[in-house]
Parts: sequence; structure tokens; C-alpha cells
Amino acid sequence: MSLKTPLGRARGLGSAKTGVSHWWWQRITAVALIPLSLWFAASIITMIGADYDAVVTWIRSPIVAAFLILLVVSLFYHALLGVQVVIEDYVHNEGLKVAVLVGIQFIISALVLVASIAILRIAVGGT
Amino acid sequence: MAHRPLSPHLQIYRLPFAAILSITHRLTGVFLTLGSVLLVYWLVAIASGETAYLEAQALLGTWYGLLGLFFCSFALYFHLCNGVRHLFWDAGYGFELKTVDTSGHIVIILTVVLTVITWFIGILFSGGPA
Repeated sequence: MSLKTPLGRARGLGSAKTGVSHWWWQRITAVALIPLSLWFAASIITMIGADYDAVVTWIRSPIVAAFLILLVVSLFYHALLGVQVVIEDYVHNEGLKVAVLVGIQFIISALVLVASIAILRIAVGGT
Repeated sequence: MAHRPLSPHLQIYRLPFAAILSITHRLTGVFLTLGSVLLVYWLVAIASGETAYLEAQALLGTWYGLLGLFFCSFALYFHLCNGVRHLFWDAGYGFELKTVDTSGHIVIILTVVLTVITWFIGILFSGGPA
């Protein structure tokens, strides 16, 4: 027996659609970001006086490059999931809301791609 | 939906401690999203060569660059500590009002301590205050 109204059933709206996935990935990325962000902060602090070659040598290590990409992907996925909820809470015009959500997805996808290419270029680049 | 009175009246209502931490979690999250663009800029500068890297370092070393980095570090540590607090709630722990209050104060103390340690070590590594 369903407690939904016939209209509600026809529209298919309600809880338990993709909300669990959103909630779950926000937690997964959060847990991943605890060690990743602390590692990155600690690394940056110790490299404050370092010259260009030292920074490049650091990123060229496969492990560092891999963890930087993990950091960028987790960070921006976490940011996307978070900003999405903020927009859904505060932007009440349906058209504007969808437009901003799509815009944020484009911008964040581009940032992830640009950062990953930069990391890989440093990691495998010549000279 | 006429203009009926809404509650709480944010202009005159003094937010409880837990509510202030809650909205700060959001604000620091949005701020860190903006700040992470700096991370992408820094990585692109390194990939572009030494000249671009030195330009980026010079920009981050100005007073407004350092101020931005300072707020980023503060926001990161707050969001991190308060995020762990949220994970405890997700696991079903720490819902007692007294515990919520205590964990909130621990978050603030840890945020300040971690920010101070970070900038203390940072100033040491950079060879003293400029």
C-alpha cells in the first residue's frame, strides 16, 4: 500500500531517488580529504622557501603526482556536492537554479581537467 | 504566499552557538571552493615554467595574497574539524546538547591552534617575518 497521492505517484517525486548517492559521496570524499588536505598543507608549509626545481622535483614523484590528482578530484567533487546543496537551498527560481547548477558543473569539470593536465605535464614533462 | 512573517527573524534573533557553527561550516565550504581555484592556478603556473611560477609566488607573497592564504588555512581547518564533528553525528554519536556544545568549542580551539601552528612554522621556513 502506498501512502502517496495518485498525483505524487504519477510524478515520481519523493525521497530515496539519488539523494543517498549524493549523501554517500559527500562523506566518501570528506573522509578522503582528511589525510589528503593535511598532507598537502604540511607539504606546502615545508616548501615555502623552495625554488622552482625543488617544487617540480616534488611533483615529479609518481606518488606525489598521484596523490595530487586524488586531492584535486576529491576536493572538487566534494565542493560540487556542497555548492549544489547551497544553490538548491537559496536559489528559488527554478530556471535560474538549473542554470546555475549546470554552470557550476561545467566550471568544476573544467577545473579538475585543467589541474590534472597540469599535474601530469609536470610529472611526465621533459627538462 | 503573501508576505507572512517568517521565523526566525534573522535581524533580531541571536543565533545559538550551534547555529553559528553550522552557517560557518557552509560559508567556509563556499569560500574554500573559491580558494581552490588558487590551487589550480598554482599548478598551472608550475606546469607553464619557471617564469610563470615566480609570478605566481610573487602574487601569493603580496599582503593580499598572504591574507587570502591565511583565510584559506583558517577556513580549511575549521571545515576539516567541524566536518569530522559531522561525521561523528552521521555515525550516530554526540547528539546530547552538552556534547554538541563541547565538540563545537573543541572545533574552534583546534582551528585556532592549527592555524597558529601552520603560520608559525611557515614564518620559520620563510626565514622570519618579511
